[in-house]
Amino acid sequence: MNDILLEIQQLKVHFPIFKGTLFPREVGAVQAVNGIGFSVRRGETLGLVGESGCGKSTTGRALLQLIRPTSGQVLFEGKDLADMQGEELRRMRRHMQMIFQDPFASLNPRMTVGDIVAEPLVTFDIASGKELQTRVQHLLHEVGMDPKFIRRYPHEFSGGQRQRIGIARALALNPKFIVADEPISALDVSIQAQIMNLLADLKERHNLTYLFISHDLAAVRHLSHRVAVMYLGKIVELASHDDIYSTPKHPYTQALLSAVPIPDPAVQKKRERIVLRGDLPSPLHPPAGCRFHTRCPYAMPHCIAVDPPLRDYGDGHFAACHIFDTPPPSKL
Amino acid sequence: MSSIAAVSDIQLEKKSSLWLDAWCRLKKNKMAMVSSFLVVAFFLLAIAVPILSPFPIDEVHYDSIGMAPNTLHWFGTDILGRDMLARTFYGLRISLAVGLTATLVSFAIGVVYGAVAGFYGGKVDALMMRFVDVVYGLPYMFFVIIVMSVFGNNILILFMAIGAVSWLTMARIVRGQVLSISQKEFVEAARSCGVRNRTIIFRHLIPNALGPIIVYTTLMVPRTILVEAFLSFLGLGIQPPQASLGSLASDGASAMDLYPWLILFPGVVLAILLFALNYFGDGLRDALDPRMKK
Repeated sequence: MNDILLEIQQLKVHFPIFKGTLFPREVGAVQAVNGIGFSVRRGETLGLVGESGCGKSTTGRALLQLIRPTSGQVLFEGKDLADMQGEELRRMRRHMQMIFQDPFASLNPRMTVGDIVAEPLVTFDIASGKELQTRVQHLLHEVGMDPKFIRRYPHEFSGGQRQRIGIARALALNPKFIVADEPISALDVSIQAQIMNLLADLKERHNLTYLFISHDLAAVRHLSHRVAVMYLGKIVELASHDDIYSTPKHPYTQALLSAVPIPDPAVQKKRERIVLRGDLPSPLHPPAGCRFHTRCPYAMPHCIAVDPPLRDYGDGHFAACHIFDTPPPSKL
Repeated sequence: MSSIAAVSDIQLEKKSSLWLDAWCRLKKNKMAMVSSFLVVAFFLLAIAVPILSPFPIDEVHYDSIGMAPNTLHWFGTDILGRDMLARTFYGLRISLAVGLTATLVSFAIGVVYGAVAGFYGGKVDALMMRFVDVVYGLPYMFFVIIVMSVFGNNILILFMAIGAVSWLTMARIVRGQVLSISQKEFVEAARSCGVRNRTIIFRHLIPNALGPIIVYTTLMVPRTILVEAFLSFLGLGIQPPQASLGSLASDGASAMDLYPWLILFPGVVLAILLFALNYFGDGLRDALDPRMKK
């Protein structure tokens, strides 16, 4: 369980913004991911949560080198993916796959379901002919689809079924690591649970490792062993599943958790909710010091000046906040 | 792994492919079917005209000058006594050849060029498309005329010259399409599966850009036929005694009040051909989109 499959260090993804048509010059950069680091152990599910625009999808794509990181390391089984190019990187891709958010955009409308699921197998020359067909049918069967549908086109299926096809494609190469980028947020609530259960089953059966990206803490809760919370391109808290839900340390995590509805009207009415003021600041000009200070209910003068490092507070519970370094304010 | 056995004996749904499905949908579209029949018929006639026609295209008969359509000469004869039926279909042959070759040249160059520019984007795209802009800036008729006068009045040169300038618009259309399609998640999915760039371009990008490509292609055939007609009119295209639909029409226009059939028949054939190609193109575009109802 402590075997580390993937480790990222000081990962930065910046999208430069250019001005001028003839002689473009860089006028700034959207700092989508700004120096994050974490590791994923073999066989675990790491949840990555945060609000829209905090850089969680960019992180997932940067891990798979779909977006090349600006700087930093992505060590997959000890090898730095960020350093790889061309064929070497392409060979590595069979070990890591992605499940996409939008099942309507992630399947080529001109390919049959069979061709879509077969594509990774064909690309790596793993199977052909009769064997290929059997494997594709088996994959569809495994994700709960009727294998006789292989000659249909994606538009003939519902969102949930399409997502299953996307999962079958991700499974085709028998990968070690899967990035699930909000795999259920585009689906009906009734389908969400089915897909969650499917992902959990597949994980058991194939000993998969997931990075589960979501903006929904409740969804992450079911699958994850550990949860990382992102805010504006940084990880603000990283802790085991139990710790993050029972004793959240960072004010942002506390606010997120207090926003999760509880299906009991009596409790829901009485509980105290932390409502954050204002909007997410622009990642083009992130605030100085702690990036959360503009919305933090406990912000101190110190927070504006110094960016708090992600520090271990015991048992692998990491948080990046100054309130644990100085005597806590009376409010806490 | 017991499920492998479970799935292996499943009755599959009826076999189909993109092209087979497209054919089924095309068959249901009456206008497209009539049009494709006409195009094919014109094709065959154009190929077979030297065998079928009892009159060679360049045989001058002084005893049958300017005859109106009759049982011997169905389309009448021109002012040199040549049979118009033979000349019209011979002209159709040249026009079709020019239209198709130039279209194929521009299709092959334009689609690949545009797809590569759109897929790689950034500096590659900027460089490739600026080149297109520069060539686009030259008046293309002027370019064709220069090529024709430098390399001589050869029909093959004519094909090349028209093809070489008409791929520019195709490249722009494809590039724009590819630019938007390559942002879709299924392209990202293909990349994350390790699919090679070449395969992504040919299997994911171009098939999804096919609608506008096909429509533009079918529109290009008539356009190049008209360009050729114009060049022939200037004396740079087809030289007599050879004829194209364009040169026949322009010859006929000068004698329209005395011998109206000289412009009528080539004009009608040209019009039918252009109509048929347009309807066929529309039908093909709809047929190739699997999202259309069966």
